[in-house]
Amino acid sequence: MIRIGLDIGSTTLKCVVLNERGELLYKDYRRHFSRIAESAAAMLGEIATAFPEEKDCDPVISGSAGMGIADALGLPFIQEVYATRTAVRHFLPDCDVVIELGGEDAKILFLGEDTEVRMNGTCAGGTGAFIDQMATLLNVTPDEMNFLAGSSKQTYTIASRCGVFAKSDIQPLINQGASKNDICASIFGAVVNQTVAGLAQGRPLEGKIVYLGGPLTFLSQLRKSFDETLDTTGIFPENSLYYVALGAALSDEHGAHGLGELTDALRNYGGSGDYRACLPLFTSKAEYERFAERHARAAVRTDTPVPDGPFEAALGIDAGSTTVKAVVTDTNGDILYTRYQSNTGDPVAIVLAILKDFYSAFPAAKLVASCATGYGEDIIRSAFTLDTGVVETVAHFTAAKRFDPQVDFIIDIGGQDIKCFKVRSGAIDNIFLNEACSSGCGSFLQTFAGALGYSVSDFAALGLYAERPVDLGSRCTVFMNSSVKQAQKDGAPVEAISAGLSISVVKNALYKVIRAASAADLGERIVVQGGTFLNDAVLRAFEQELNTEVTRPSIAGLMGAYGAALYALAHRPAQSTAPTAEALERFTYTSTPIVCKGCTNACRLSVSTFDGGRRYISGNKCDKPLRKSEETQAAPLPNLFEYKRQLLSAYRPVKGTRGVVGIPMGLNFYENLPFWHAFFTTLGYEVIVSPPSTRNLYLRGQATIPSDTVCYPAKLMHGHIDALLRMGADTIFYPCMSYNFDEQLSDNHFNCPVVAYYPEVAAANIRALGQVKFIYDYLDLSDPKRFVKKAVSVFRRSFGELTEREIRNAANAAYTEYAAYTAQVRRKGEETLEEARRRNLPVIVLCGRPYHLDPEINHGIDELIRSMGAVVVSEDALGNLLHRAETSVLNQWTYHARLYAAAEFVCAQSAVQPIDLVQLVSFGCGIDAITTDEMRSILESHGKIYTQIKIDEITNLGAVKIRLRSLFSALEDSREGGETKQP
Amino acid sequence: MTSQNRVEFTMEMKSEYTILVPNMAPIHFGLLRNVFVNRGYKMEILQNSGRAVVDAGLKYVHNDICYPCQLVIGQFLDALAGGGYDPHKVALMITQTGGGCRASNYIHLLRKALEKAGYGYVPVISLSMAGLEKNSGFRITLPVLRMAIAALAYGDLLMSLDNQTKPYEKQSGDSARAVARWQKKLSVMLADGKGCFVRDVRRISKQIAAEFDAIPVNPKAKLKVGIVGEIYVKYSALGNNDLEQFLFEQGCEVCLPGILGFAMYMAENNVVGYKLYGGNPVIKTAAAAAGRYLYSFECAIADATKDCKNVTYYGDFRETRRLAESVIGLGCKMGEGWLLPGEMMELIENGFINIVCAQPFGCLPNHIVGKGVIRRIRELHKEANIVPIDYDPGATRVNQENRIKLMLAVAREKQQEGGIGK
Repeated sequence: MIRIGLDIGSTTLKCVVLNERGELLYKDYRRHFSRIAESAAAMLGEIATAFPEEKDCDPVISGSAGMGIADALGLPFIQEVYATRTAVRHFLPDCDVVIELGGEDAKILFLGEDTEVRMNGTCAGGTGAFIDQMATLLNVTPDEMNFLAGSSKQTYTIASRCGVFAKSDIQPLINQGASKNDICASIFGAVVNQTVAGLAQGRPLEGKIVYLGGPLTFLSQLRKSFDETLDTTGIFPENSLYYVALGAALSDEHGAHGLGELTDALRNYGGSGDYRACLPLFTSKAEYERFAERHARAAVRTDTPVPDGPFEAALGIDAGSTTVKAVVTDTNGDILYTRYQSNTGDPVAIVLAILKDFYSAFPAAKLVASCATGYGEDIIRSAFTLDTGVVETVAHFTAAKRFDPQVDFIIDIGGQDIKCFKVRSGAIDNIFLNEACSSGCGSFLQTFAGALGYSVSDFAALGLYAERPVDLGSRCTVFMNSSVKQAQKDGAPVEAISAGLSISVVKNALYKVIRAASAADLGERIVVQGGTFLNDAVLRAFEQELNTEVTRPSIAGLMGAYGAALYALAHRPAQSTAPTAEALERFTYTSTPIVCKGCTNACRLSVSTFDGGRRYISGNKCDKPLRKSEETQAAPLPNLFEYKRQLLSAYRPVKGTRGVVGIPMGLNFYENLPFWHAFFTTLGYEVIVSPPSTRNLYLRGQATIPSDTVCYPAKLMHGHIDALLRMGADTIFYPCMSYNFDEQLSDNHFNCPVVAYYPEVAAANIRALGQVKFIYDYLDLSDPKRFVKKAVSVFRRSFGELTEREIRNAANAAYTEYAAYTAQVRRKGEETLEEARRRNLPVIVLCGRPYHLDPEINHGIDELIRSMGAVVVSEDALGNLLHRAETSVLNQWTYHARLYAAAEFVCAQSAVQPIDLVQLVSFGCGIDAITTDEMRSILESHGKIYTQIKIDEITNLGAVKIRLRSLFSALEDSREGGETKQP
Repeated sequence: MTSQNRVEFTMEMKSEYTILVPNMAPIHFGLLRNVFVNRGYKMEILQNSGRAVVDAGLKYVHNDICYPCQLVIGQFLDALAGGGYDPHKVALMITQTGGGCRASNYIHLLRKALEKAGYGYVPVISLSMAGLEKNSGFRITLPVLRMAIAALAYGDLLMSLDNQTKPYEKQSGDSARAVARWQKKLSVMLADGKGCFVRDVRRISKQIAAEFDAIPVNPKAKLKVGIVGEIYVKYSALGNNDLEQFLFEQGCEVCLPGILGFAMYMAENNVVGYKLYGGNPVIKTAAAAAGRYLYSFECAIADATKDCKNVTYYGDFRETRRLAESVIGLGCKMGEGWLLPGEMMELIENGFINIVCAQPFGCLPNHIVGKGVIRRIRELHKEANIVPIDYDPGATRVNQENRIKLMLAVAREKQQEGGIGK
């Protein structure tokens, strides 16, 4: 009897047929496009044809989507990683580690003596699906990606934790004109990092390594990337695609089934149909028609007739993340010409083609005003010498007003981001951008449609009449992937999945980004925009969810470009620099990659050179590479972040008599370094501090990170400790601290659990720490007397030779130094506020944690704010001016208490000078889930705008820029008395 | 306290209002309820579950806040909206542990959520050992405390005996019937204010243990799996997608360390705090006494199984603490702190080498005391087979079960190879 192993994965089906001796007779592989049972039945049918003499078979099912079918048909099921292990033990008995990437899973199996299996966490997303998504983004096939990556010249840093993050790193690279070859290689590198960081978790990947699964089978460059990172040559066995199926067939489970009956049973298998469902979008055709009719009212003409002979026109270009949109209007703002094109990775070429097309359709047009917006604003503006640029939010608002002058809420769901904002007294007031973790909604729909073999509009339309749309929840897209998997397993038809995806896009926007409880929270006059809303299913879901009627302009997908054109008209220059048809004929450009040497960030820059010698530099985190030497700089704006960094870097090692103590410079050391430096220096130890954080320093430590969802500042500690060990430190000091200093701003003075106890994680997971003296005792600095008592016992135990008196003296010196440092920062803070007031400069209080000072953590946001013309002050520098805030939440953490107090200070100080607050939040910070809401309510109750910026290892500042520019634009508007310039 | 406009639970409300309590551990909370019924309160343990609860949580609580908080608040709001209660005649009760974990903020987030949902007038009672908030109509007196401890002890015992008996019972349902019978008996007793001294617990526990011991069982050869984790997700079926039941259906004998352990851990932290940092010796002495008192209850239920053939009681707090110290500092006290590694070590020593470590997605303390210590535990116990599972509104059951199944597959293999875990 033949044995059949059937591997039902999230996107593909694989099957093998073995004879009784375990020899492979037959194999088959195909995508199932979510029609699992159907495809599996077809597969079995072909087996029956191939083996006409076999009436019975011995089937075993495996794979992440196979459980439901196995249960329903009464077939044995084995877990897929376990199946892989069985097969590897059979075929490759001497291998040590298996790396298997699947459609949505990544797994590492450690074989040998200490068997262990690791699968990706709920957050890490799928790798095969991720590569597909990236390929779609680059408009190539995965095979082409592999080919392109083969001739890459350099790689870029791409966030490796989760697909969505990586995507927001790649998008700017595309827009900045980085070569596809390099991007492809970088994507593979990110997959490797994700696998190593997320799964190895401190266990070294050594010995014979085997690569399995679809992506590693098909993509040789991905294997090469693994080889390079792991410094090995991995084994790439025959049938690497079929190991799960082979393992299933080789398993101990047995049972005879009629091949024909089984095929029929599969064909008739409808799934249990038992999944969580939402209400249908439409229950009847008539209902849909009424809906469509209502929305037809917001239609505008896009082919306004033009006069004979020469005429004047305005150009707006929205170079978005996944699409490029262009609108040309006449001087009344009526639309003559529109283009909506997917961004195939080279926005400059696309815009060039669009402009040429425009001039050939309207040879008599003269562009008298022009404006760019969107992610690619800068490069497009510089390439085509457009007159102005405008931040996307303002562009969208400008366009929305054309449709509803009273609009008070705008939501735009684009390719990879959701933007929404309230409008109060005619100015943009409150901006919500999706955090990096939930972005990608529009393009997610697109990728999913593609994976199932549909165009996005066809796919979305499928869901209109679904009776029971799948309830997919409202989380990031990676979660949606696994929810879809669950629904497929439960037998949801593709219509229900389509409708469910549309609904979840809406829920994501409402509950994740805006966090609205009801329509009333948003506004009364809502305008929806963005290409995603052109799908009636999404629009309907939105209205249903909010139980309200909204306006969707017929040009919903073009609103950014339209707004830009209107904005251009409103800011019409005396002489436009927009290109003429002739100028376009001469247009040329090239782009070259270089590494910036301006600072330790070592940003990889792209320098685009256009005809006439215009240059555009992208990829920079700060404006250093852009500054020209001859540029006359006024007195530089004060930046407390920079000031504090300088103060801290002054704590240099002082040669001591007793030895060396190493301090990993991260987390609370960003504030306590002065204390400990003085303490150990006084005792006669030379204090060495780990070097400034860099991406490389992080990567060197990442293999020992046990929890991949902890915040980036904590993860960096692994790199810092690694660096100290490399520097040869034989003593490393990193105390556990439940408590912080008590600054009398809160009920208690806790540290957060991560800051408090991360030394425990270091001790338990960084093996090399076992070779040195690692002092990580529990210490409390809040009460000097008690500290001395404890310090005596701790340090006499650790160092033996110290006397009580010496420790007492050292403690005194430490407290004195800490007080001096704090006083200095506070004095500088007060001076800076005063200076800003005198020079009438806007102040931004950039709040967060002391360790947000680290440029590798804040990605240069402090400098970015300064480059936008504001003075940057940190919340601790306000120290003497702060008072305990009344909060509606428990105020018991020292660092967090400062935030509340700073928010209240900003509200009060606004009467004296222009001052606002921006809060930096590290992704994964649980406590900031509490502080951010509280901060918002403090600021908003005083009519201030609250701006939160979530940061992670992500290096793209695009979204941050939008947010900050919108903030500054809103602040400007409100300072001008709420007046906005009408087109 | 921070909230100025807090709605107090007054004496007048005591007779009129029904106090709603979220359901964390069904056996324990069911018994606990009777302690308050005895004191003249009307109290109900919420039973509503399902997607509506999760959705209500998502709607009114910051989505990045921990899953237990979303569920607890979601369960309240769902009950207020459609549970058939008069919102003007109910109060809500929620535990408040205090400490550096963000969970100490649940009560404030609940009030915020109530405000947002238009129930700002509903009084919220903090059930707290630390006495963080006061309500004139609700007091935890010493006798109430003693009764509550007894209820928890009975709960721990019943849960443990059920978990040891159910997988092996010859007659399906025997164990469940015994649990139900004793729940009823104990409820009557507790409502009468009886059976609450240590000596009572000792005596009654013996009867309980003997009754379970007498249930006819098959040879005990199932896979032994322990559950540890963040306290809510560890016990609550709503929080962990019926983890206990799932493991049972997969043919495992489950062990969940008891809730008394958490109470002793809280008391012990005050003792440890004094040793580490100094401070008020009175607090330390009182905490040490409270710890000893709690421990006497644990001993009472553990001793009750001494003469049993088929059942035992896993768990000895002093042992937990000793074992924890070999893995992590006892100063690590936020969230489940050192208790969690201690429980993992103790489970392993008791033969439960397979462990599910359940935590809410992004749980801060669990970065340290859950995932953070697994490596070290495996250094000490190579045979340990631990799988951390994250729970949150977006995590799907299929993903969680898949990972648990994988852990079980490895466990079965280890069992076959080494005969460990028998």
